[in-house]
Amino acid sequence: MKNSIANLQKVFESRIRLGIMSALMVNETLTFNELKELLGVTDGNLASHLKALEQQEIIGISKQFIGRKPNTTYKATMHGRYLFRQHLAALEKLIKNR
Amino acid sequence: MKNNSTNPGDDLQAIRDIMERSSRFLSLSGLSGIFAGACALAGAAIAWLFILDSGNIRYDEYWHSAGVTHSFSMRNYLILDALLVLAAALLGAAYFSRRKAMKAGTNLWTVSTKRLILHLTIPLFTGGIFILILAYRGNIELVVPAMLIFYGLALVNAGKFTFGEIHYLGLTQIGLGILAAIFTGYGLIFWTAGFGLMHIIYGAVMYLRYERVEDIET
Repeated sequence: MKNSIANLQKVFESRIRLGIMSALMVNETLTFNELKELLGVTDGNLASHLKALEQQEIIGISKQFIGRKPNTTYKATMHGRYLFRQHLAALEKLIKNR
Repeated sequence: MKNNSTNPGDDLQAIRDIMERSSRFLSLSGLSGIFAGACALAGAAIAWLFILDSGNIRYDEYWHSAGVTHSFSMRNYLILDALLVLAAALLGAAYFSRRKAMKAGTNLWTVSTKRLILHLTIPLFTGGIFILILAYRGNIELVVPAMLIFYGLALVNAGKFTFGEIHYLGLTQIGLGILAAIFTGYGLIFWTAGFGLMHIIYGAVMYLRYERVEDIET
């Protein structure tokens, strides 16, 4: 029990970060707008959470140009996937032990 | 648990919900299938009654016996008929999907919509070109089997990105297509069974399974 709580990742406590990561687990890459639409959050809010996840190297960012338009896509890193799986397992354990 | 402000059950539910919404196209309505099937039945009836003279003309035999110049207008009518059915079915699919998305309060044009369309169009486009080649070379009896088989393959391919029924609808169409290739000369019957009946049956199953409750409530 104690172990499973230790595995809960603090970074995923926010519902928005949890949502970003859930979407990136099942989609190879997503753009800013796709994430925004999926989660129904404001630009500023999403940007700050993305930045936090990027700083902890949970997600990676790649910037490309489609024609002249900048296009930023996000993807989950190996490290991020590992942390997310740990977090999921911890959540499941918590429910089972109730 | 002091740092965990929300309950783990809610978190898991939210994760599941986002994974599902971001990876599968859930705005597909069973009504689209029923409507497409009805269009196909109407198109088949028009072909049989008006173009093929109530079954007095078997298209493939006619094609082979008459000179190509004579069957030109008949071929054009059949193509026009099929294209009208396709256009009506696509419009219906767009309309009912939009309706379902609006009811659910979600957007229609999302990542999963684009992915579904991409995975549908690759086999469909290949099939379209292949069928044109068949028709051009005079292999008319294989046109309907090829339509069913490539449509079935497209559905199996796209089935991963939407409701599971689409996968089975695809397998059914492939089976019908193979039968149609064995029993040539019954093209219109297999076409009607696949594009008409099966769409209606699977559409009705999907509607009853996923939508009826919501429609009664609202």
